[in-house]
Amino acid sequence: MARLQINGATHEVDVPDDMPLLWVLRDVIGLTGTKFGCGIAQCGACTAHVDGKAVRTCVTRLGTVADRVVMTIEGIGATPHGRALQNAWLMIQVPQCGYCQPGQIMSAAALLSEIESPSDAQIDAAMAGNICRCCTYVRIRKAIKLAVSSQATAKRT
Amino acid sequence: MNARVSRRHILRTGAAGATLVLGFGLYQMRPASAEASSAGLALFAPNAFIRIDSEDRISLVIDKCEVGQGVYTSLSMLLAEELDVGLDQVAIEPAPPDEQLYADPILHLQATGNSTSVRSSWMELRRAGAAARQMLIAAAAAEWRVDPSRCRTERASVLDNGTQRRLGYGSLAATAAQQPVPQNPRLKQPEQFKLIGKSPLRVDLPGKVDGTAQYGIDVRLPGMLFATVASSPTFGGKLDSLDDSPTRSIKGVHHVVTIRAQEFDVGGYKLHLDDAVAVVAENTWAAQQGLAALEPAWDRGPNQHLGMDDIVHALEAASERGGLVARHEGDVDKALSTAATRLEARNYMPFLAHAAMEPLSCVADVRGDNCEIWTATQVQARAQEIAAQLAGLPPEKVTVHNLFSGGAFGRRLELDGVALAVAISKQVGAPVKLVFTREQDIRHDLYRPFYHDRLRAGLDANGKLLAWHHRIVGSSIFARWAPQAMRSDGLDPDAVDGAIQMPYAFPNLLVEYVREEPPAIPTAFWRGVGDTHNAWVIESFVDEIAAVAKQDPIQFRRGLLSHAPRALAVINLAAEKSRWDKILPPRSGRGIALAYVFDTYLATVVEVTLSDAGLVTLQRVVCAVDCGSIVHPDTAIAQIEGGTLFGLSAALWNEVTLRNGRVEQSNFNDYRTIRIDETPEVEVHLVPSRETPGGLGETGTVAAAPALTNAIFAASGYRVRQLPIIKSIEGLKRRA
Amino acid sequence: MKRTLSLMAAFALFVGLVLSAAAADVRSDLVQRGEYLTRAADCVSCHTAPDGKQFAGARAFKLPFGTLYSPNITPDANTGIGQWSDDDFVRAMHEGIGKDGQRLYPAFPYPSYTLLSRDDVLAIKAYLFSLEPVANAPPHNHLTFPFNMRWLMVLWDWLYNPGQRFEVDASRSHEWNRGAYLVEGLGHCGECHTPRNLLYGLDPHKRFAGAVMAGWHAYNITPDRTTGIGGWSEVDLARYLSTGDSPHGAAAGPMAEAVDNSLRYLSRDDVGAMVTYLRTIPPQTSNVPAAHLEGAGNAPISASRLPPADELNRLHASAGVRIFAAACTGCHGWDGRGLAGTRDLNDPEATNLVQVVLKGFHLSAARGRLNMPGFGAGYADRELADLVNYVTGRFGAKAATLQADDLAKRRSEGD
Repeated sequence: MARLQINGATHEVDVPDDMPLLWVLRDVIGLTGTKFGCGIAQCGACTAHVDGKAVRTCVTRLGTVADRVVMTIEGIGATPHGRALQNAWLMIQVPQCGYCQPGQIMSAAALLSEIESPSDAQIDAAMAGNICRCCTYVRIRKAIKLAVSSQATAKRT
Repeated sequence: MNARVSRRHILRTGAAGATLVLGFGLYQMRPASAEASSAGLALFAPNAFIRIDSEDRISLVIDKCEVGQGVYTSLSMLLAEELDVGLDQVAIEPAPPDEQLYADPILHLQATGNSTSVRSSWMELRRAGAAARQMLIAAAAAEWRVDPSRCRTERASVLDNGTQRRLGYGSLAATAAQQPVPQNPRLKQPEQFKLIGKSPLRVDLPGKVDGTAQYGIDVRLPGMLFATVASSPTFGGKLDSLDDSPTRSIKGVHHVVTIRAQEFDVGGYKLHLDDAVAVVAENTWAAQQGLAALEPAWDRGPNQHLGMDDIVHALEAASERGGLVARHEGDVDKALSTAATRLEARNYMPFLAHAAMEPLSCVADVRGDNCEIWTATQVQARAQEIAAQLAGLPPEKVTVHNLFSGGAFGRRLELDGVALAVAISKQVGAPVKLVFTREQDIRHDLYRPFYHDRLRAGLDANGKLLAWHHRIVGSSIFARWAPQAMRSDGLDPDAVDGAIQMPYAFPNLLVEYVREEPPAIPTAFWRGVGDTHNAWVIESFVDEIAAVAKQDPIQFRRGLLSHAPRALAVINLAAEKSRWDKILPPRSGRGIALAYVFDTYLATVVEVTLSDAGLVTLQRVVCAVDCGSIVHPDTAIAQIEGGTLFGLSAALWNEVTLRNGRVEQSNFNDYRTIRIDETPEVEVHLVPSRETPGGLGETGTVAAAPALTNAIFAASGYRVRQLPIIKSIEGLKRRA
Repeated sequence: MKRTLSLMAAFALFVGLVLSAAAADVRSDLVQRGEYLTRAADCVSCHTAPDGKQFAGARAFKLPFGTLYSPNITPDANTGIGQWSDDDFVRAMHEGIGKDGQRLYPAFPYPSYTLLSRDDVLAIKAYLFSLEPVANAPPHNHLTFPFNMRWLMVLWDWLYNPGQRFEVDASRSHEWNRGAYLVEGLGHCGECHTPRNLLYGLDPHKRFAGAVMAGWHAYNITPDRTTGIGGWSEVDLARYLSTGDSPHGAAAGPMAEAVDNSLRYLSRDDVGAMVTYLRTIPPQTSNVPAAHLEGAGNAPISASRLPPADELNRLHASAGVRIFAAACTGCHGWDGRGLAGTRDLNDPEATNLVQVVLKGFHLSAARGRLNMPGFGAGYADRELADLVNYVTGRFGAKAATLQADDLAKRRSEGD
């Protein structure tokens, strides 16, 4: 029986230690906002946070996250970065099919919590692991920059 | 089945027809909620798309699948505009399967594809909205005993201009339902539009940024099991034997299921499934572990030695045959014999997988004499029919819930996922969610055909084009997918799409099609369908001819377009916005491609830089689009942006290859897709227009590859004649 | 005093019995022992073609002097070894001479198998003859002159085949002797880990010093501390042999095959014996520094945590760092978990790293499964060269300086 802290709530699950966090979230707990895309950490659709850092949950074994703080797309809106990013994503109308966007937003939120105002190279480096087959990248870039500037504005006022 | 009963027909049958439609509305549509029907509320359902109940609940029924192209918003806007309701006042309901009621007027099927959604709905849905509004006004006017001309509508209410009385649509539902359906409802003039032409927040987006949007893969049912599947690794292979004991010892595994090869025919649509094995478990991980532990022995079958050489040689041999004539004007051979310069080219386009972000998935629940499926499909009625065939039930016993699709690109025009899920659920007697692994998704896709094209052209001494001969060799998708769409002599209209409607004026022209099917490999539609293939071939060759004629590529095209003002306008706009005349440094270049597809004109300019090693960096993309009237401009721009990058990505890297009868690619490590750091700036410029709308979902993809390979030619002098471009890297290296 | 090998055989028999006690009623003791020995000798790896039936041969071996195809060793009468007598089989295993009297090529490791006792060899035969016969005729070998002259092998055998059975060293423990028999004989470790001379003979002065073959570097497995396995704990060594995984890096390529097909089936005692023996072979130095371990911990791997901004801006111009960001950080993080300090990364030629990047690897023996996808099909040679140069510089001893042409060449090597 493993104990997990997810989006502020405690969950106990009785599954093997080597089960990837992705399937614990989706199939066992029922948090389906975190998506399955490739299973080999190539697409980033399954990105969530562990202790505030972006991880690919499809290759993150349950045994490595017990007693750590897990955050998913369902919870990120409660954080200032997450809320700013979600708002920016709506302002810019980023998603098309939308399937990769939870992962995109989680990667962007981890980036902003590390680097408040990232350069283009830093955005590329942090977001290159997230594939979007609809190719909304142009808007993802804009939305990250909008979230940064809206947070900076909020801070000044 | 009479697939040609279109919604146009239904709307035009007048009062008698309205009763019929009302019948459809009441008996065949799912109620918005259980209370609504059980409470016996009055329901105003003037046609298949609008339902208003007496508690002011307004539902718009959207018959297209939301695959990311924004149809839930744009089609709702068409209805809401003429019905005079706000998008915030409506609930959107995916249409149930109904091949007659929801047949697309262009496709004659209930299908989402070929960039038809707005094109085929532009008038129909507006008429549906306007008719309903007129009936609501009539009902209010009758209640107030005033002339309807005294009434107006706004935000789901009818107002009396004289007294400012107001009645909500819900309170009029019962009486409006008694009104005759107007035969020619009056539509708004563009100046009166409140929604069309604006870019309100897409209705599907809030759920897509907070994780609450429900895709097919997200469905959860009580008692549901999770399945994953592996088909015969070679096309046409057979399952010899199966050692499932290691699998059954894995915790959480419930069943190991064998599915034998099967052929389906759904109203002419044909689907073949190879032998497959599936593992059904308490969660997807256990199922995937179980599948990896299975030790199936496969008889690799008749295609076990099949490789790309076999396929390409067969296409080349077929290219020596004369083809079916798709278009013929003048006398090409004679013109070529008099030409001062003659050119020839052979082009090769690879098999492609769809690789939508959401791997193929379907939830099926076959129990007793009921079957229910939850999935994202571009063909709801066919999904119902194939599920019925497998479950051994009449179609009306099959309920189809259509959910958001995590991308489709044509993949969800196929029903292998639905068929497998239903087969598995039937065998295990429980609701089952089938999720393909990415490896299964790529290795057992139905592929965009491998095409081989041969072209000839002749120029006179002044560089004027005299003749154009294009022979297309490849698989016919329509022969399998909709044989009724084939020309009687076997010409596949999709295979020549874009090759016979070019906006260019060619004095002597011959376009032929040679059908040559690859053994065993299923072929299917891919984003941009026939046009994506033909536009690359044609626009590359036009560019090549311009180079031989020593003319600027844009100037040369202008010379062939004097009769086509809309095409000229997008070319000129793209030239201006891309600063076409500005000189670029060495190893950099710009390329242009023109597309006239899905009733839209698009000119795309791509700017690239080549490294010494031959690697391509995308610098900038500029698109100029005339797609007629635009419902949601921001979505229009998004579709061109994304569609163009999607096309560039495939052109740079993607091919599906076979070796020993198996697909070699498996996942995003070897089926590469463009990433944010490889993405250039993309500018999309819309030409204002009041023409009828053109399609946008696939248009950007069509022009992408030729603009890119033409840019590469401009930068290097190397003509890419085989996709993907990465195969030409030797030729793109800087020469000493 | 020298003892005969029957002791060893008895031990192996015991292990075999313990391992497959459940099936004891259906197969003879001899066949069970043969199965264990066949696995320890890893016959299946070479005698099975990709997608082919087990032991049916036809796997291609690209050697410097041509291509060899392994023969079918199922008991099929026409295409396999169904008509071989005991003496025929023993002669092949000990002397490298086929049933028809033809000299076999030393891609078949008979200079190692020659150490096996006749009893063990016949147990292997008994197991092979218990298998389903498979009709499969492998293609003919394509060897260049003079290597296509099989009679020349007489000379080669005189030079390089010791041609004698294993002899127990009474001054050493039973365990050591068992390890020696497994490492030198059954496991034929030296066939890959000892460099070969121009005549394809194993260099007796560089035993187990590491060698490059078919695109892969079989590392120095002598107890040298700086370039061998002297720094590995016995636990790590045993874990590596039986799972392919270790804190020093994971097995890939032919070693992963050896683990998957052979080593993971060995008893804990046999693995321990191999470790004991390997500890005592004479140290040799080679050019690849051993792994430097860092405290990796059990934390999940983060794809965020970027390098410092100035470094990233500088690196961003390289395709290598961009591919690393896109394709590698999901599993390795920006701190290079599983890469940092390993021999694959320390090798200045990046021999194994290139093969792993091109083809990936798959270990079913490790806890759960250990996989890495290959990137050869999706990326150009120049891009992968940049990637390898970047990761070796960042996480290894020294940055490799590979060019696109090097990658092109490596693609054609290996299987």
